[in-house]
Amino acid sequence: MTTTVDQGSATAQGEPNVLLKLWRNKETRSVIIQIVTMALLFAFFAYIINNAVLNLQALGKTFSFDFLQEPASYDINQTLIEYTSRSTHARAMLVGILNTALVAFCGVILATVLGFVLGVIRLSNNWLASRIVYVFIEFTRNVPVLLHILLIHGIMVHFLPLPKQAISVGDALFLSNRGVYAPRPEFLDGFGFTVAAFGIAVIAAVIFRRWARKVQEETGKIYPVFLICTGVIIGLPLIVFLISGSPLVWELPKMGRFNLQGGVMMLPEFLALWLALSFYTSAFIAEIVRSGIMAINKGQWEAAGALGIRRNRVLQLVIIPQALRVIIPPLASQYLNLTKNSSLAIAIGYMDIVATIGGITLMQTGKEMETMIIVLLIYLSFSLVISAFMNWYNKRIALVER
Amino acid sequence: MFKRASFVAAAVAVAGIASGAQAATLDDVKARGILHCIVNTGLPGFSYTDANGKWAGFDADMCRSVAAAVLGDPEKVKFIPATGKTRFTLLNSKEGDVIFRNTTWTFVRDVDVKLTFIHPTYYDGQGFIIRKSKGVKSAKELDGATVCIQTGTTTELNLADYFRANKIKYTPVPIEDSSEARKNYLADRCDAYTTDASGLAATRATFEKPSDHVILPEIISKEPLGPVVRHGDNQWEDIVRWAVFALIQAEESGVTAANADEMAKTPPNPDVARLLGAEGDLGAMLGLDKAWALRAIKAHGNYGEIFESNLGTKTPIGLERGLNAQYTNGGLQYAPPFR
Repeated sequence: MTTTVDQGSATAQGEPNVLLKLWRNKETRSVIIQIVTMALLFAFFAYIINNAVLNLQALGKTFSFDFLQEPASYDINQTLIEYTSRSTHARAMLVGILNTALVAFCGVILATVLGFVLGVIRLSNNWLASRIVYVFIEFTRNVPVLLHILLIHGIMVHFLPLPKQAISVGDALFLSNRGVYAPRPEFLDGFGFTVAAFGIAVIAAVIFRRWARKVQEETGKIYPVFLICTGVIIGLPLIVFLISGSPLVWELPKMGRFNLQGGVMMLPEFLALWLALSFYTSAFIAEIVRSGIMAINKGQWEAAGALGIRRNRVLQLVIIPQALRVIIPPLASQYLNLTKNSSLAIAIGYMDIVATIGGITLMQTGKEMETMIIVLLIYLSFSLVISAFMNWYNKRIALVER
Repeated sequence: MFKRASFVAAAVAVAGIASGAQAATLDDVKARGILHCIVNTGLPGFSYTDANGKWAGFDADMCRSVAAAVLGDPEKVKFIPATGKTRFTLLNSKEGDVIFRNTTWTFVRDVDVKLTFIHPTYYDGQGFIIRKSKGVKSAKELDGATVCIQTGTTTELNLADYFRANKIKYTPVPIEDSSEARKNYLADRCDAYTTDASGLAATRATFEKPSDHVILPEIISKEPLGPVVRHGDNQWEDIVRWAVFALIQAEESGVTAANADEMAKTPPNPDVARLLGAEGDLGAMLGLDKAWALRAIKAHGNYGEIFESNLGTKTPIGLERGLNAQYTNGGLQYAPPFR
């Protein structure tokens, strides 16, 4: 017994030396660790995929995406594209994707605007303003976003009046617990002229801006570019619109038997989700903006001031371009968070991708694997698109060293 | 290189072991000593937690009867509340042994989702509830209405079909579970709420003023509700099926919770003798003992007793037997012969 052990250790002595040498070498060690990690990762995926296949087989289920071409048979209360219960599951999925994209897009815009405003006010010298914003930020970002969603939805559903007693703003905008109703524009023949005028105005504004910049570089004369451009972009289409005989009518919401009919409606679920996500994310963005501005050395203000530049021009030309470099990377991750948080729509019944393809379609077809794979891939693509865009923008504004 | 190859081999070997053999549910339940029952998260009359925090209702009692038949004790049940969307996943992932949760028997669920439906313990149909003050007399007048609906259920599909067939429009408000749906309906987020008529009656019974709400006369679908088990375990399927039939047969033969013991000792006829285990050996064929059906009946009484104590006209829910009467009384409840 003892001899065999001795023999084993004796023969093994030669080998470990080689292995030990390899192990002690920094480069080979890192290669070995990488190989082992890769192998473990591969084994893990092989295991879970095989497990899924076997379990599906045991349940007698097939793996196929054919169900996407079947009629969905259910209705969706908010559709940006044409959809009926006879449309396919694929179409229902598209409706869900667009609903997610809509709430994410609107959320990103509102959160950014609100976040920048709050961030700047937070830095203001006005004690009261800065304190109020401070309290708002601390409250908002320390309460889970789900509670914000449920709270706003609850307020809308319980405290807003029924359609018959809807709060009306100028007999055009109606607030009720079934949603917010606004007039819907209906374009008549000849509205095309106004659209064309708008296009021409935009092009003219771009050309003027370039010309003004050139003039400034050559002579130092500064034109009020922003005011003139806005004037042209609004004024020209307006004049054309009036000359062509105002080819636009507004369809006003009218009370039907149960609800207001016609016009544009925003569901309480959409509003609750949009506002809650925006408020929540804006609190984080405000802090990011604040840190971005605070990161700029006071000397930058003083140096620009010494050149005799006005304060708002300093902010526009010196401070913000530098602060953006600090702000953009964390801002990108807030946009990603907002988009992913939109999946909490499920709590209040907003029909996003989780509710359509990942909810009703899953239930009605029993295709858990397939629908969940689709939902995961959609969120992944959303995230990749957002981060690709933000990376591109970040590179564009990055410090160019000469 | 060798190292990598060996790891691949190991991975394949590990994956091979993972192939789960379909173990018999009866053995699992017996080994565990407790029956896992998937139930509704809260539907008065069917399955809900009562004032003492105990699960009660028609489905909960049926589940206890099965536990009594299999494990000898009606209290050896763990209730797993599930929404319309999670119930099948919970069953297929073996979190539960059986669904007792007003689940509609449909072709796709039976054939494609690979579930095994036992027997409709409650024949139902989808209806609408609405406030009397809205002045609606028929579901066909619901054009333009907002309708609350439990998402992920057959009611969602029936609703879409019904409104399309009648060429009227509506706005669906999808809601995850029945108690949320009730809250939204009461907050007047929606004009009408639709679900199975029994569910509407049960929901209305919980309202402060039930008489302010009316259930519209239209029943727009067939909803045979009953227990469900996983596909592919025939023994377990037989046990649940015949436990349910035992309760139905008991009502037909006049066996109640009160007289079951006596009937087992002195059976009035051979049918009752076989049912209660005094004659033959039906229990052993299921892998159970002789008194399995006797215990199931003693747990909460026969089918009629369970119905009357949870849903019947003397309860706040106040449902008539209707289609759920014994076939001898013009209903559809009919147990195949115990022989």
